[in-house]
Amino acid sequence: MSTTDVSSTPSAKTKAVQSRFNLWAWLRSDPRAAISLGYLTILVLASIFAPWIAPYPPNEQNLMDLLMPPSGAHWLGTDDLGRDTLSRLIWGSSNALYAAFLSVGIGVAIGVPVGVFIGFVGGWIDEVLSRVIDAVLAFPPLVLAVAVTGSLGIGLTNAMIAVGFAFAPVLARTMRAQTLVVKNALYVEAATGFGASRLHLIVRHILPNAIQPVIVEVTLMLAVALLAEASLSFLSLGVQPPEASWGGMLARAYHYMEVSPEQMYAPGLAILFTALAFNTLGESIRVLLDPTIKRR
Amino acid sequence: MSGITGMIVRRLWQLLPVMVVATFVVFSLVYLVPGDPAIIIAGDYATEERIAEIRQIFGFDKPMIVQYGVWLTNVLQGDLGKSLYSGEAVTRLIVDRLPHTMLLAVYGLVIGAAIGIPLGILAATKQGGWADKVITTLVSLGVAVPNFWLGILLVSLLALGWKIFPATGATSFFDNPAEAIYYATLPAVALSTGVVAVLARQVRSALLEVLGSQYIRTLRAKGLSQRSILWKHGLRNVAATMLTITGLQVNRLFSSAVVLEAVFAIPGLGSLISYSALNKDFPVVQGVALFLVVSVILTNLIVDVVSAVLDPRVAAAT
Repeated sequence: MSTTDVSSTPSAKTKAVQSRFNLWAWLRSDPRAAISLGYLTILVLASIFAPWIAPYPPNEQNLMDLLMPPSGAHWLGTDDLGRDTLSRLIWGSSNALYAAFLSVGIGVAIGVPVGVFIGFVGGWIDEVLSRVIDAVLAFPPLVLAVAVTGSLGIGLTNAMIAVGFAFAPVLARTMRAQTLVVKNALYVEAATGFGASRLHLIVRHILPNAIQPVIVEVTLMLAVALLAEASLSFLSLGVQPPEASWGGMLARAYHYMEVSPEQMYAPGLAILFTALAFNTLGESIRVLLDPTIKRR
Repeated sequence: MSGITGMIVRRLWQLLPVMVVATFVVFSLVYLVPGDPAIIIAGDYATEERIAEIRQIFGFDKPMIVQYGVWLTNVLQGDLGKSLYSGEAVTRLIVDRLPHTMLLAVYGLVIGAAIGIPLGILAATKQGGWADKVITTLVSLGVAVPNFWLGILLVSLLALGWKIFPATGATSFFDNPAEAIYYATLPAVALSTGVVAVLARQVRSALLEVLGSQYIRTLRAKGLSQRSILWKHGLRNVAATMLTITGLQVNRLFSSAVVLEAVFAIPGLGSLISYSALNKDFPVVQGVALFLVVSVILTNLIVDVVSAVLDPRVAAAT
């Protein structure tokens, strides 16, 4: 987080964005956002249509073709069980995306309400929960994820619930800080003066005006979640074999790297490009929402 | 109270509830086990006696909060329990493996700071130029690259290909420091990428902010050279920020160490916790998680204090 984040208070400039957002104009003006969004769209489509576009079933073993280099029949070669790497890469994308959205979704579902609530009510509740947030933030995220996965039971969904736990305090802290800024704004005071209820204030006025930095943070978090899934699957705590995952593919490729070094390029590049796309999109959204800050 | 002493006292006071919550999170890990934790932890072929023994070890027969008190009292006396498998004391396991993780983390941090900070300064001073563009691109790649993949690529290229470095393994720093550093080089390089990226980005934006401020403009108007502005005023003002950002990387370093220790077969705390989590060896998982989180909290405290010494404005702000 840079020092510029703090300065992004909602004001008149956000109104222009909200009034009528033209996706095409934005993508034309920001090629990096266009490329990232295009890449991610293709990835989502690939994960949905995997059964139709993958050239082979992901778990089909062909013991005659083990650790083959790329060829006409297998564009990215085969792994140590003779499974087609391209097909596993395509099937792995759905696990990667599922993992990213699940964990970030859990982080948002816990972090956003808690952050708004403690920012709004303040007092001892804020004091206590802020210390809880500090404490959870002190855990190295992957250490927490490994430990919680060990408890909940090994598997992708449990691993990503664990990562979501690690994300929640980050979002809660941002949301709390934003709520503190927004709740003293003139329009909130005006609404209070007109007798608006607390719930109305939170849902109608505070949430929409405080959420913007969270949108950026969430996009950047998808990249972190993707890397966490890959790491946990690499450690065999996430996606379980024979199901395909990019991290798991790297673990096997690492085992056989002296025989077949080609196998370790594609899954790593897939993780890199996807994380890069989420990050680039996040930065573009940051600039879109607050044109006064420069792209980092 | 004012000044640095006051700040230290305030920080220690704030630390107390954070420590309580952190220890409670670690303690409650075994309560996250679905179903009857004793049966799950004991494993598939456990006897009734073993299950009863597990129940007794973790105190599942007592109320959770009572058990937390018992556990915390033991922890404060330096007793983290015993491994369910080897029967070894968890503190012993941590002490044995700590040097490997420490070497990796410190080495990675040193490489990260030695590359990241100068890159950030360079990018800020040449803002908008080609050097800035190259550095910004490298930063984007550094944040997005899975460091365990980078580790694998380094092994493939520099260990198996050119045979400059050993592929995997580790030597104790106390037995043979030179060899230990040699073995730790590839994992430390892989570990440092994230640190390089974050430091370069943050130092760049912090320095740009200072260089754009009023008094720097005044200095420039007075005719001070660009170089003396940067070294005498710019960097001096971001020193505390740089230190704080570097301190915050400890968290990230421990996270990355968990995976990189697996890649490079390093017998450190990261491989210990992932192995123990796979085998449901909860006392070890709890002990390592506790040790790491306390290390992070204390490192951040020390960094805050040192920043306050460097820059009195920090002490006033907290």
